[in-house]
Amino acid sequence: MDYYLSDELTDIRDICREIAEKYIVPARAELDEENRFPREIMKVMADSDILGIYIPEEFGGTAEAFGGGAMALSVATEEFSRACGGVAVSYAANALGAMPILISASDEQKTRYLPDLASGRKLAAFALTESEAGSDAGGVKTKAIKDGDHYILNGTKQWITNGGEAQVYTVIALTDPSRGARGLSAFIVEEGTPGFSYGKKEDKMGIRASATRELIFEDCRIPAENLISGEGRGFIVAMKTLNRSRPGVASQAVGIAQGALDEAAKYASQRRQFGQRIDSFQAIQFMLADMATQIEAARALTYSVARMIDAGAKKYEKVSAMAKVFASDVAMKVTTDAVQILGGYGYMKEYPVEKMMRDAKITQIYEGTNQIQRAVIASALIKETAAGGN
Amino acid sequence: MASIEVRKDTCVGCGACVPACPYGVISMEDGLAIISDECYLCGACESSCSFGAIIIRQDKSEKVDISEYSGIMVLAEQRDRVVDHSTLELLGEARRLADSCGQEVLAALLTSDCGDWPARLVEHGADRVLVTSAAELTHFRTEPFTQIVSRMIEEMRPAVVLAAATTTGRDLMPRIAKNLNTGLTADCTELVIDGESGNLMQTRPAFGGNIMATIVCADTRPQMATVRPRVMKALEPDPARAGEVVEFPAAHGELDSRTEILEFLPLEEGEVDITESDIIVSGGRGVKDSTNFALLEELAGLLDASVGASRASVDAGWIPYPHQVGQTGKTVNPKTYIACGISGAIQHRVGMQSSDRIIAINKDETAPIFEFCHEGFIGDLFEILPLVIKEIKKRRS
Amino acid sequence: MRIAVAVKQVPDTAEVRIDPERGTLIREGVPSILNPFDEYALEEAFRWRDELGGTVVVITMGPPWAESVLREAVAMGADEALLISDRAFAGADTWATSHTLAAAVTKLGDVDLVITGKQAIDGDTAQTGPSIAASLDWPQITFVGKVRSIEDGHILAERYVEGGIEVVRSSLPAVVTILKDANTPRLPSLRGKMKARKLEIPTWGIDDLGLDPAETGLDGSPTRVVTISTPETSSDGEMHRGTPEELAAVLADLLLGEEES
Repeated sequence: MDYYLSDELTDIRDICREIAEKYIVPARAELDEENRFPREIMKVMADSDILGIYIPEEFGGTAEAFGGGAMALSVATEEFSRACGGVAVSYAANALGAMPILISASDEQKTRYLPDLASGRKLAAFALTESEAGSDAGGVKTKAIKDGDHYILNGTKQWITNGGEAQVYTVIALTDPSRGARGLSAFIVEEGTPGFSYGKKEDKMGIRASATRELIFEDCRIPAENLISGEGRGFIVAMKTLNRSRPGVASQAVGIAQGALDEAAKYASQRRQFGQRIDSFQAIQFMLADMATQIEAARALTYSVARMIDAGAKKYEKVSAMAKVFASDVAMKVTTDAVQILGGYGYMKEYPVEKMMRDAKITQIYEGTNQIQRAVIASALIKETAAGGN
Repeated sequence: MASIEVRKDTCVGCGACVPACPYGVISMEDGLAIISDECYLCGACESSCSFGAIIIRQDKSEKVDISEYSGIMVLAEQRDRVVDHSTLELLGEARRLADSCGQEVLAALLTSDCGDWPARLVEHGADRVLVTSAAELTHFRTEPFTQIVSRMIEEMRPAVVLAAATTTGRDLMPRIAKNLNTGLTADCTELVIDGESGNLMQTRPAFGGNIMATIVCADTRPQMATVRPRVMKALEPDPARAGEVVEFPAAHGELDSRTEILEFLPLEEGEVDITESDIIVSGGRGVKDSTNFALLEELAGLLDASVGASRASVDAGWIPYPHQVGQTGKTVNPKTYIACGISGAIQHRVGMQSSDRIIAINKDETAPIFEFCHEGFIGDLFEILPLVIKEIKKRRS
Repeated sequence: MRIAVAVKQVPDTAEVRIDPERGTLIREGVPSILNPFDEYALEEAFRWRDELGGTVVVITMGPPWAESVLREAVAMGADEALLISDRAFAGADTWATSHTLAAAVTKLGDVDLVITGKQAIDGDTAQTGPSIAASLDWPQITFVGKVRSIEDGHILAERYVEGGIEVVRSSLPAVVTILKDANTPRLPSLRGKMKARKLEIPTWGIDDLGLDPAETGLDGSPTRVVTISTPETSSDGEMHRGTPEELAAVLADLLLGEEES
């Protein structure tokens, strides 16, 4: 389907596709097998100016050229995901890490951090999740206690994407334990700060090219000027960040699904059984048709939300959740069907679809499980109904 | 200025020229091909027309008197004073051409010490050998060789000058041709002298091997060509052949050069130049990953062969670029080329099709390689190769 | 340091098909691309510009629509682009092409180094680079697999020749032709693409270069293609089928045939 992308967005798509074909596809099986972060590929993305597409020009990016950055980020993430969900997550998590600074930080903080993130000299990561705080951000235990012109951080963040690979971390911690979620604040923590170390590296089912790691803070002193947006604003910063990033997860899902459909359609056109190409069988044809239709619907919804954000919409929590839920469920369904079409070969690591199926699963889980997303959608719906609105 | 014309009386309106035009500037109107002003005179339509209805006219104001030129000159290539086999092949071809039109064969040898090579060049077909000896000519260097050979050509006026299409020939010949304002055809695989015009018909693959183009240099002389090594056949040396050796000393300044060779690093052991191998075991997409190349290497080791690869396997990073055979890699013509899991796309084919014997192993019966190989094995290379290795070891022990 | 890179727009020969009945090339619908070898020439120029400072100007001779490969080169990182285009340049062989390109380099005036790819994939001649050098009367280093250094008005490079590597030093200005071994070409960047779309590209014609029509295009070309044919495709190859064991035995016979006899 033609989405009438602007010339600039077409440029992003073309460049990302070229990076995907030349660098990601040849490396993806090995990165997956070795559970290895794609540093060289991130460097190629940086050299191609792809890391700064959502960052405004005054901070070293090119966002204005794309009318914002949400759509740009969606297009880029989708292209990378089509080749490898793991590499794409490393890319998207970098944007996620930068998002609190972009959305809520002071100009001084933006000037200090964004240019390096736009150029790729530094990578970013977002640190919210803890062992007791998954869907419930109110369960955060990591504390940030004010001590003169510093904050002292103590606690452990879990499953942090780009953990150990990023140099700039945006961390959500409790400044006022008595106030629960309202006592949360957002901080910028740089790699190398004394008291900040990396813990366990996770061995995941999918997206294995991405780094997922614990962050450990032990009496870690950070300057008070690294507080983003004021004490007690952490929960809002986190929610805004996640609302902004959800179309990105949706794009990951769309990309993974598209990659799986590409493989399945190609295989079906080459594989012969009973003396004919298997794509001549209606059973296969209908599966492919459903897969393609679902992907197109997911993409249309995702792009609509991204375009809404770029157009300056203030309220997009519900639709952003819808895009995430729908696209990730499509990704799971489509990748499973792709494995089915490839049959025994699909189950083997020799073909990429089993990896795509593993990669797809996480999109239903992270950045808010699909159950939480549905709760968000339902609660918005109930509020709208109560208000007699649309 | 040059022009293109469609002859209205000859054009039958078949439309064959329309898809042949790379620029899309030909259309059919009222059963006649119309070529727009955007035509870039590439000539694709001219050769696509079976009726000779498209004519491109050159506007040549100055004409060279081509009758003043006679003889076939071969530029001998030497490294460390040893003449390359490609030179002997060229002499064989030059002899054949010269005999077809009653002309003589000249050989030009630039070296620091010619040894018995002038006599050997005569044995291989030369009538006259021009020798320039100077310490500066130990190694090929563009400028001295250009200057000396250019003067030889000006003095001897050969009708044809041939050099091997090696890195030396392809460095030197364009420079000479440009200086002498004459034409040069690269990497020829077939040469014939047209009896009527006396022009050298130079045939070579082009367009990635999709076509064979025959090229002439009708109005200037000499007609220069580089010739693909291992395509032409050398003559058996005949010690009874008579020939003349002529000293052609370098003139003042001709040995000057703005480039200097600081050192020559021969290929190390194990670092084979695949173009020099008699047997090549080559792997394509079907080899599937880098570790599987070990299987090909093992077979190559047994056969004293080198390992080649298709672009697909080089692009996938399974084996480095120096092993790549094909249009964007190396052109090889070994005695035996064993293509394992290579489909045989045209881009690969042009790099190996002149091999004496092509053996293909592929599980896809419809792979294009089976259309031009000499021995085709339909089967899984992962099943066949280990068994072949075992079999060879068994028979040898 | 000003480096000129001469590039060519070529048909993607991988996409060319043959009309089986007429034996002619079907070029309709075949995409035109930047000659793949030229990407390596551009990358080499970018590397030395990035290291030494200066600019890279990319030049092509061709029809007006050849401009697209110049924009591609700008997207990769070229600073300037120049299109050499004129009806009088049509139908040029390598002699006339190099003659015209050399005139453009001379007109540019302050070029220290001309880089070209080893050859173009449509003609595969590898003649244009050395012919440009001859026209300019500059030294040349062809088949360069590695540029070691550019300093003190000299370039030091490795020529990959039969049987080994020649380490060659040349004074500048010079012409260098680059092999694929030399580098890994960078991808176009987003900023490069945005610049490429907007850049005004000057076009120089025959009058700008002060050339005579007799020395350009088809009229200035000593060679002409007279016939085009398709290579023989038929093969009376022998096909072997059977169990892996049977096939292996036959193959071993073939491979060891000469040894055993």
